[in-house]
Amino acid sequence: MTSGLREATGALTDLDAAAVAAAIADGQASAVEVTQAHLDRIAAIDGQLRAFLHVDAEGALAAAAAVDERHRAGEPLGPLAGVPLAMKDVVVTEGVPTTAGSKILQGWVPPYDATISARIKAAGVVMLGKTNMDEFAMGSSTENSAYFATRNPWDLDRIPGGSSGGSSAAVAAFEAPLAIGTDTGGSIRQPAAVTGIVGHKPTYGAVSRYGLIAFSSSLDQAGPLGRTVLDTALLHQVIAGHDPLDSTSIPQPGPDVVAAAREGARADLRGLRVGVVRELGGEGYQSGVLAAFDAAVEVLRGLGADVIEVSCPHFEYALAAYYLIAPSECSSNLARFDAVRYGLRVGDDGTRSLEEVMSATRKAGFGAEVKRRIMIGTYALSSGYYEAYYGQAQKVRTLIAGDFTSAFTRCDVLVSPTSPFVAFRVGERVADPMAMYVNDLCTLPASLAGTPAISVPCGLAADGSGDPTRLPVGLQVMAPALADDRCYRVAAAFEAARPEPTLPEPTLPEAAR
Amino acid sequence: MSAYDELLTRYQPVIGLETHVELGTASKMFCGCSTEFGAPPNTHTCPVCLGLPGALPVANADAIESTIRIGLALNCTIASWCRFARKNYFYPDMPKNFQTSQYDEPLCVDGYLDVEVNGALRRIGIERVHLEEDTGKNTHVGGATGRIHGADYSLVDFNRAGIPLVEIVTRPVPGLGAEAPAVARAYVAELRDILRTLGVSDVRMEQGSLRCDVNTSLAPVGATQWGTRTETKNVNSLRSVERAVRSEMLRQATLLDAGTRIVQETRHFSEATGDTRPGRSKEEATDYRYFPEPDLVPMAPDPAWVEALRVALPELPAARRARVRTELDLSPEDLLAVSNAGVTDLVLATVDAGAPAGEARNWWLGYLAQQANGRDVEAADLGVEPAQVARLIALVADGTLSAALARQAVDGVLETGADMDTVVAERGLAVVSDSGTLTEAADKAIAGNPDVAEKVRGGKLPAVGVLVGAVMKATRGQADAATVRQILLERLGAG
Amino acid sequence: MSNPIPPTRISRADVAHLARLARLDVTEEEVDVFAGQLDVILGSVARVAEVAAADIAPTSHAVPLTNVVRPDVVVPSLPRAAILAGAPSVEDDKFRVPRILVDPA
Repeated sequence: MTSGLREATGALTDLDAAAVAAAIADGQASAVEVTQAHLDRIAAIDGQLRAFLHVDAEGALAAAAAVDERHRAGEPLGPLAGVPLAMKDVVVTEGVPTTAGSKILQGWVPPYDATISARIKAAGVVMLGKTNMDEFAMGSSTENSAYFATRNPWDLDRIPGGSSGGSSAAVAAFEAPLAIGTDTGGSIRQPAAVTGIVGHKPTYGAVSRYGLIAFSSSLDQAGPLGRTVLDTALLHQVIAGHDPLDSTSIPQPGPDVVAAAREGARADLRGLRVGVVRELGGEGYQSGVLAAFDAAVEVLRGLGADVIEVSCPHFEYALAAYYLIAPSECSSNLARFDAVRYGLRVGDDGTRSLEEVMSATRKAGFGAEVKRRIMIGTYALSSGYYEAYYGQAQKVRTLIAGDFTSAFTRCDVLVSPTSPFVAFRVGERVADPMAMYVNDLCTLPASLAGTPAISVPCGLAADGSGDPTRLPVGLQVMAPALADDRCYRVAAAFEAARPEPTLPEPTLPEAAR
Repeated sequence: MSAYDELLTRYQPVIGLETHVELGTASKMFCGCSTEFGAPPNTHTCPVCLGLPGALPVANADAIESTIRIGLALNCTIASWCRFARKNYFYPDMPKNFQTSQYDEPLCVDGYLDVEVNGALRRIGIERVHLEEDTGKNTHVGGATGRIHGADYSLVDFNRAGIPLVEIVTRPVPGLGAEAPAVARAYVAELRDILRTLGVSDVRMEQGSLRCDVNTSLAPVGATQWGTRTETKNVNSLRSVERAVRSEMLRQATLLDAGTRIVQETRHFSEATGDTRPGRSKEEATDYRYFPEPDLVPMAPDPAWVEALRVALPELPAARRARVRTELDLSPEDLLAVSNAGVTDLVLATVDAGAPAGEARNWWLGYLAQQANGRDVEAADLGVEPAQVARLIALVADGTLSAALARQAVDGVLETGADMDTVVAERGLAVVSDSGTLTEAADKAIAGNPDVAEKVRGGKLPAVGVLVGAVMKATRGQADAATVRQILLERLGAG
Repeated sequence: MSNPIPPTRISRADVAHLARLARLDVTEEEVDVFAGQLDVILGSVARVAEVAAADIAPTSHAVPLTNVVRPDVVVPSLPRAAILAGAPSVEDDKFRVPRILVDPA
């Protein structure tokens, strides 16, 4: 069933980020008005949607007022000044509660800002609050949040993807024009795909990880979500760039992705070589997803692109490698939640030892999926098993990167569906971890290789179960490391040319529903 | 025969040492917090060294350079590429519950250090030198005397957490026999001197900036396999290193004699009793689950840079001692005396500043050693620089100061901290050599002691000593006694 | 094939051992559930051994960077009050923890 949450209301919330920024710059709306409109929207619908873990109305209005003040004083404003944003709760925000969707951090108020948070503040972007997510970003449905499940605004019975499901739902439901997500194995791209918005996982090292609560350090990468490719690129430009606080941050400036998005909007891909990855399709993919993808490839061909099929033979091992590497790193990263310096402490009755209190706290504070992954990782790193599991998985990583390298000698970008499925129903897959893990089949290779990939809406499809509801499908565009601009250019061209817009156009003002 | 000598007739020891050195960098290993010792609790902490969610490490360039310099000083090969690793285990003084360390890819490997014991050189193989981070510090409240066992609870201060720590691991050293404890001590002493010479650490064992773990095992004489070793922690002075090895040898011999197997375990050394006690044994073996630290990229020291560091190393203690032998014109007995007193460097520096070796030896083993003893400090910490001593020796040599005045000058330097020339000038410490002044004083002495003067005139020359004393007194000791004697004899017509 | 596929039968004792290493209390029921699930997952991911030959270098970092360092310069620490504000228990400006049973490694 449709929710009604995705229909235009005629309010300022219908505007995309570029339009909001223009309205503020032109004096047609103040940042405070824009912010208040979004806060009102959240107040009206988030009881159903449940995208936010924490709404910081006071902080948002103060930040908006500061932008208006600077505007009145004639100071130059950045391209997203005054634009509201939803922040995934895995990003540390000074003075604003940060939980990573976990009970173990309930009530924690960080004493510092992530580099992303600081850059967003400096750009005058207005953070509305913190969005729900799978606990510590482990999941593909946001059902693993310790607090509640977020719903998909296309159908409230369905999941909004994950782990950045609060961010994707908020943007898709017009609670915010922009959001920050993080992607370890697909956690930006898959939520974007199943909620009909744009989401980009930057090249590993393009966006600082300082202040990102770590899940899997060698894979985690924060990135932008928006309703248009240009909006997404504008946010990318704000958060990307070298950070001396992150040793894995790339020390050169990244490509101009905003220029690439504008260039792409001219809908001309002549001379571009597009590779369709043979291994990312076929059996196990929903037929509606494959049909939408095939149609999207035809659109690219129609834009002048040369489309070829390429084989990446090691991609089929990506799932196995990922579900060794990510749990291994997370078992170590999450060891710091020990009831000593911050967060939850359970069972400290004066008789129990520290070890007992630690174990009781971690039992009470972590959900089942987190515990499962900690145990898998602990096992995979154990002496005697390290080489067979973690060591081998890292070799698979090398092989997958090699597949990309050789594919990119023949084409400029690779394309695939973003997810094998459209949004599934809440509760449908929670009992079977492996059934949940296959959500990431298409997104894992780029995560393991550290290469950039974007998901752009490419149509609607039913899930094949007999439910006629047509749900968003995402087209994934993958590029070589550091060539994020290619993702944006191709996505923008596709966006300009796609026959079936997946988003409603803003309509005339009406009373908000 | 002592129990110790007796055990050596049946058992042969093998020792090994693991030494942790806190580097003297200004900031911590992976963040900008200060490393200053003794700050109020938890005032040198930040998101990184507290392991707050989201924080990331960035390696301290000076710590890496210092580690490489230590490796070079210990004749190690420097890795061309290596990574940090995470050592995973839970302990409340470790903020992330893993220690960022190095595992199978240390920065420096395969070196050695020669130490001299009883005139013979012993080569200690260095297996590895690697870089890691220190932990915080627990204090235990309640129970018996602040020890961990029986405490009600503990308090954690993270100021020390994340201070760069270098671990230096020797290869097992067999074949030392009765000298094993002395060699262990000499190794740590030599290592300490090297680290001090390199300027990479303040190497204060009492403050914990140099900490030792000592591995000891015994095997029957003639056995081809080594015995089971124990690791003794908490060995925090040179004397303790020697005592710990010796007491562990005695303890193990007693067990082996009784047919008891040695358990591989961690033991703690007690300064009070001089023996070792078992650490609390763990219920299960720890599995550290090492893996490459994904938050830090590999280190790949440029060979040209490493070579430049090697060339720029200061003169190390052993080379300096060799130079002492060739450059200090001292008898073997004097060299040994200088060495035993721990003032070789001071004597050599004094010689380098222009003093004759014999004079330098005399001062550092004589008056300066007395002053250091009286103040209960090392001669090096007395507050008189070798260059000052060389200046002092020069002032005596040119007759400006007598021996007595020179001692007064040293006292002045110790009291005021001023340099030698300033003290000499301000206190008017100079031999009175003006013959007019001395003649006047001599005549007064003769006039005041007519009987004595008459004896001298009469040929009883030794009696002149009384008159010399009177003149010296009149000139407040600032005259040269020989000169005064000469003048007196001339005035009395007895010269 | 450089490494044999390791045995992946996860026993209840294995689960209990892993839980202890990871400082996770688990109920008897959870031990059973996790033993079954870990078995399935590890059985499935063990296929990494099918392709990873000995001559392939493992990838530990996704960026080709080396020698990223910071100068040895002191920067201000956080105010102590901000640090201790989030702590479950504080005494004498230190983090208070229950009694410790096991010595450090």
